[in-house]
Amino acid sequence: MDLMTAEFILGHLNYWLFIVLMMTGLYIVIAKGNLVKKIVGLNIFQASVFMLYISVGKISGGTAPIFPLDMKIDPEVVYSNPLPHVLILTAIVVGIATTSLGLALIVRIREEFDTIEEDQIEEIEQEMALAEIARHDAQSAGQA
Amino acid sequence: MRHHLILRVITKMLVGTIFLFALYVQFHGDYSPGGGFQAGVIMASGFIIYGLIFSLEKLQLVFPPWLVHKLLALGVLLYAGTGIYSLLGGYAYLDYTALSPHHPEHGQHLGILIVEAGVGITVTGVMVAIYYAFAARTPIINDEEW
Amino acid sequence: MAGDALNHASMTLTEQLPILQVLVPFVAAPLIVFIGSRALAWPIAFASSVASFVIASLLLGQVINGDVISYHIGGWAPPLGIEYRVDATNAFVLLLISGISSVVLPFARASLSVELPPRKHTLFYALFTLCLTGLLGVVITGDAFNVFVFLEISSLSTYVLIAQGASRDKRALSSAYNYLIMGTIGATFFVIGIGFLYMTTGTLNMADLAVRLEGQGNNRTVQAAFAFIVVGIGLKAAIYPLHFWLPNAYTFAPSVVTAFLAATATKMAIYVLLRFMFTVFQPAFVDGGITLEVIILPFAIMAMFAASLSAIFQRDLKRMLAYSSVAQIGYMLLGITFLSETGLMATIVHLFNHGITKAALFMGVGCYVMQAGGGFYSQLSGAGKTMPWTSAAVVVAALSLVGIPGTAGFISKWLLIEAALDRGWWFVALLVVASSLLAVIYVWRLIEALYLGQPAEGATTQEVPLGMLVPLWIMAGACVYFGFDTDITLSASRSAAQGLLSGSVAVH
Repeated sequence: MDLMTAEFILGHLNYWLFIVLMMTGLYIVIAKGNLVKKIVGLNIFQASVFMLYISVGKISGGTAPIFPLDMKIDPEVVYSNPLPHVLILTAIVVGIATTSLGLALIVRIREEFDTIEEDQIEEIEQEMALAEIARHDAQSAGQA
Repeated sequence: MRHHLILRVITKMLVGTIFLFALYVQFHGDYSPGGGFQAGVIMASGFIIYGLIFSLEKLQLVFPPWLVHKLLALGVLLYAGTGIYSLLGGYAYLDYTALSPHHPEHGQHLGILIVEAGVGITVTGVMVAIYYAFAARTPIINDEEW
Repeated sequence: MAGDALNHASMTLTEQLPILQVLVPFVAAPLIVFIGSRALAWPIAFASSVASFVIASLLLGQVINGDVISYHIGGWAPPLGIEYRVDATNAFVLLLISGISSVVLPFARASLSVELPPRKHTLFYALFTLCLTGLLGVVITGDAFNVFVFLEISSLSTYVLIAQGASRDKRALSSAYNYLIMGTIGATFFVIGIGFLYMTTGTLNMADLAVRLEGQGNNRTVQAAFAFIVVGIGLKAAIYPLHFWLPNAYTFAPSVVTAFLAATATKMAIYVLLRFMFTVFQPAFVDGGITLEVIILPFAIMAMFAASLSAIFQRDLKRMLAYSSVAQIGYMLLGITFLSETGLMATIVHLFNHGITKAALFMGVGCYVMQAGGGFYSQLSGAGKTMPWTSAAVVVAALSLVGIPGTAGFISKWLLIEAALDRGWWFVALLVVASSLLAVIYVWRLIEALYLGQPAEGATTQEVPLGMLVPLWIMAGACVYFGFDTDITLSASRSAAQGLLSGSVAVH
């Protein structure tokens, strides 16, 4: 029984790490109020998925899936599965685009709101919304 | 960075090597790990280190932003253009056989070379464009306020 | 592929249509950036959009009888290669997306002159075509990972497009940021789901996945994959409790962007949901679980009521319409939960009808923003007299939103109620009617402001230029046209629903 438990834990090591990393990232995204930290959390979250894919593509004893130039393929050699790597290359590129876009938005938010703390931004937005409502209510009352 | 003599000298020596290595990764990508994505990032890092050490203005004299924008669009067009060439030859999109119909294997070589070149150009352009976008902003915090 | 060069039969233009559908706007985007001319940006974008609309109509013509077109990228046959797969369901959505963009783009020209500084126009059109590429790509592709790639192409360009509202209101930035966070979490969940599916089956082709997933209903990895995919796409589709990014994003984006996104982006997500539920996982899997009745049904009904109630209390027309969009997504989900042909028809028809209705309404908002400076009811007061043509079109579309007989909205709600009664859920049918009454209230508030209010004194509000009025009326006209002539929508959605329900993917 103990052996089975140990095997269950060790045999799924990559999944445990994936879960820990994923939850860390997701927690940072949700719990932190600083916009830059949220992006950091998002990156950790995405990185966990990259790890998951890559670990799935690993075959024990497998080498890089590149055939020799003369195409004399030795049937003894085990190759890793290249597909997850290719997929994750694409996902990494998407992640870079997302990160740089997010940071660019933060730069603009900093310029306009003068803060990158979520609660302060929300406060400013609340004030703007209330002012807007008051202005339009007054206008409607004037018209009626 | 004007006072950092060592950084400046080392950078001058390194930039050329970085570009050379980028080209190696680019053209060796057919047979070994590498290719347009990696080469593009290495190439861009050569530009970025130059910008970090010798100031953004100097870099933009060499690699002006309008050129960056054209290049990153050009790379995508090169990629898509390869596909369109196969379309015009009556093959499926990005079927490299179209590049050399009687010798499909040559077509494959040529096709992946052109496509990776497109990727490399775009990635270089995008990375440098991102660097420009952030570095060109006037800093809100002064150096002493850290 | 290799080696068949000698007996190679040239593909005809018709056979190339599926790739051209995506390729045309995809090439247009870098072309606009490469040329870099403001004068040429709009013509290129418009030409590519119209071209993809024509292609979509041709494709729909080929598949409306239930045929399936399969296109192999690079000549690599599926399941190894990436496949573009067109059937009645996605051809119909392709038609909607490219049609909406072709109508919205002429509108954009006039509307953007007020809402965006001219130096940003070139890149705006490049992003717009890129967003169009992404949306079309998600819909046409038959490869699960390809869906993610196109999804992110469209999302990333969407975030930027929404942030362009910052030149009018700085809150556009924070709402774009929030959408970015939510959207990325959604997309990453989706990738996790795909990863689980790949682990179980070793394939990414949707048709192949469907075959290999058969009988795997009790496999926990598959169940987890299903959950991740539904939640991930649910974030993109703004399914009720996951909709918090939507109202702000729609309110602060430039009107053109809102008109385009409201009509296409969430619809694309609903399509992906349908595709995964019925083609990849098969109806039997979906039916076996508790997902539909215990999770999706209550949330759909909550969306119909909670979001409609929020809409009633808004003072800003644009925000009111955004909340109403959340409610309408509830109707689309409701159609899915019946798991019957009529129910799915209702979903697909509503996807289309609501798309054109919302496009018309948000374009109307764009007209008001241009002439009255905003979409608040106090600013719209008396606009029925000062901007008669715009207001008439908005009212027509608003009636379609409620589902008055003779408009497109009526057809889809009728189907929905019919499906509910078929299933014996008369209570649900009653709820659909009741929530439509809520729609009557919020639409009435709009009509009240437009026609019963007095224009502000000294206001010099005029009718908008013809360049905006014509696209607006095309959409408003479509709302009425599809209320009377239901041949196209019903036959397309019927073969789509049959295709989805039969789960027939084995037809290669």
